[in-house]
Formats: sequence, C-alpha cells, structure tokens
Amino acid sequence: MNWESWEAFWAMGGYGLYVWGSYAMTAACVVGEIWLLRRHRRLSLATLRRLQRLNP
Amino acid sequence: MNLYYFASPATFYPLAGKLVPWFALLAAALCAVGLYISFFVAPTDFQQGEGYRIIFIHVPAAWMSMFIYVVMAFWSAIGLAWNTRLSFVMARALAPTGAMFTFVALWTGAFWGKPMWGAWWVWDARLTSELILLFLYVGYMALQAAIDDPRRADRAGALLNLVGVINIPIIYFSVKWWNTLHQGSSVSLTRAPSMAMIMLWGMLIMALAAWMYTIAVSLARARTLILERERQTEWARLQLEGQA
Repeated sequence: MNWESWEAFWAMGGYGLYVWGSYAMTAACVVGEIWLLRRHRRLSLATLRRLQRLNP
Repeated sequence: MNLYYFASPATFYPLAGKLVPWFALLAAALCAVGLYISFFVAPTDFQQGEGYRIIFIHVPAAWMSMFIYVVMAFWSAIGLAWNTRLSFVMARALAPTGAMFTFVALWTGAFWGKPMWGAWWVWDARLTSELILLFLYVGYMALQAAIDDPRRADRAGALLNLVGVINIPIIYFSVKWWNTLHQGSSVSLTRAPSMAMIMLWGMLIMALAAWMYTIAVSLARARTLILERERQTEWARLQLEGQA
C-alpha cells in the first residue's frame, strides 16, 4: 500500500491538482461521450418513428 | 460463413447490439483493475514523485488517438475501394471517440507538463502534431455535418482521412526526428521497456480498457447511424416498430 492516509492519497505528494485534474477531465469526457451517445440515439429513434408514422 | 455476411447492415445491427454490453463490461472491469494498479500497486517514481501517475491515462489515450485514426483511414480506404456502406459508417462512428482521446492526451499532457517542465504547453513537434490530429478529427466531423447527402459526405470524409493519415507517422516519430521537449517512448517493440514492470502492466491494462471502451461506444454509435441510413428498408422499419 502506497498511502498512509486519505489526505496523503488526495494530496498525491504535492501533485494533487495535476493528477486529479487529469483524471477528472478524463472521467468527464468519458461520461460526456456516453451521455451524448445515448441522447443521440433517443432523439434519432424518436425522429425515425415519427417519419415512419407519417409515411407507413 | 464469410465476412460479407456481417457487412450487411441487417445482420450487423442486431449482432452489434448483442456485443456492446459485453465490451462495455470488459472496459469497466479492466478500468477498475488498471486504476487499482495505477494508484495502489505501482510505487512512487523516484524522479517524478506521484505526478507520474498521469501517464496511466496519458499514454493509453495518446496510443488510442493515433490508432483510432489509422482504423478510420482503413475503413475509409475499404469504403472507397469497394463502396461498402458499413465501412463508411464505422469510420464515422469512430471519429468522436478518437477526438475525445486526442483531447484527453493533450489535456493530461498539459497537466503533466506544468509541474514537470514548468509549462502547460510548448510548440514542440510531438505536441503540435498531436494538436493537428485533433483538428483532423474535428475537421472530419465538421465536414460530415456540413454535407447533407450521406454518400457525398462519406466520400469527402474518407478522402480527408486518407490524406490526414500522413500525420500519424509524423506524431509517432516526432520524438526521434526532431529535438523535442517530449521524452522518447518508454515502451518499444525492439528493446526492453525503460520503466518498472508493474508500471508497464498498469499502462497496458488501461490501454486495453480504452480499447474495449472504444469498441463498445463505436459499435453503439454505428447502430444509430445505420438505422438512420436504412430507415426505408424492411428490416429497419421492423426494428423501429419493435422498439416502439
């Protein structure tokens, strides 16, 4: 185990801002991409169904 | 069974639907293991302290950013040569994920560069060529969005990808060809890696997680694109009714 306490873990030996800044942005990008993907699918399916009803 | 069987959108659509959750599950599991190694198993670096832990996402993201572009160019070439619809869809489905990884590589690089080099950004060959890669991804997506006719958009985008792929060897070899601030590669096929084995394992597992994630999201995105394009066909109409 590398860390003596949670404080030490979050401080990352003084590199806390840089390490957590990197990981947080990566997590935000992944979550954001999945969210956009699902949104695109939902909106797209709604449009396609509407088109299908208009033109059966 | 031959490959053409899977090249048909009607076959590919349900198959991809079955595969997506499995790849997503693999990605999550590998990511959990990779993060555990990155933070709790890998020791402190003797030169860079704890700041080096950024590489566990930086290096896999940078690898993916280049590899996804090569795969996109591959699908573009196949699409142009054989006019297969699914190839263009795959190229298009990969672009946003490639752009995301390129951005992550640049961002984490900046957050590593600030404490280690003293600068968020320098105009050195490696960083600049990676930034151009981001512009290529964004340019491709903008081009797709700007052309209404999907067939013309496919061909224009494919051409851009084939021209843009020249940037990939430039990124890869930039640290050899020019004097750059960016360090040379720590992992190479021809010599022993210049890093501790456990650090290398953490990086490789994170890279594998990024692979599984890319496959999952690009297949999911391809499904929606296929349905949009095939909406007039019998199978797509049945799909849309079934999911109502």
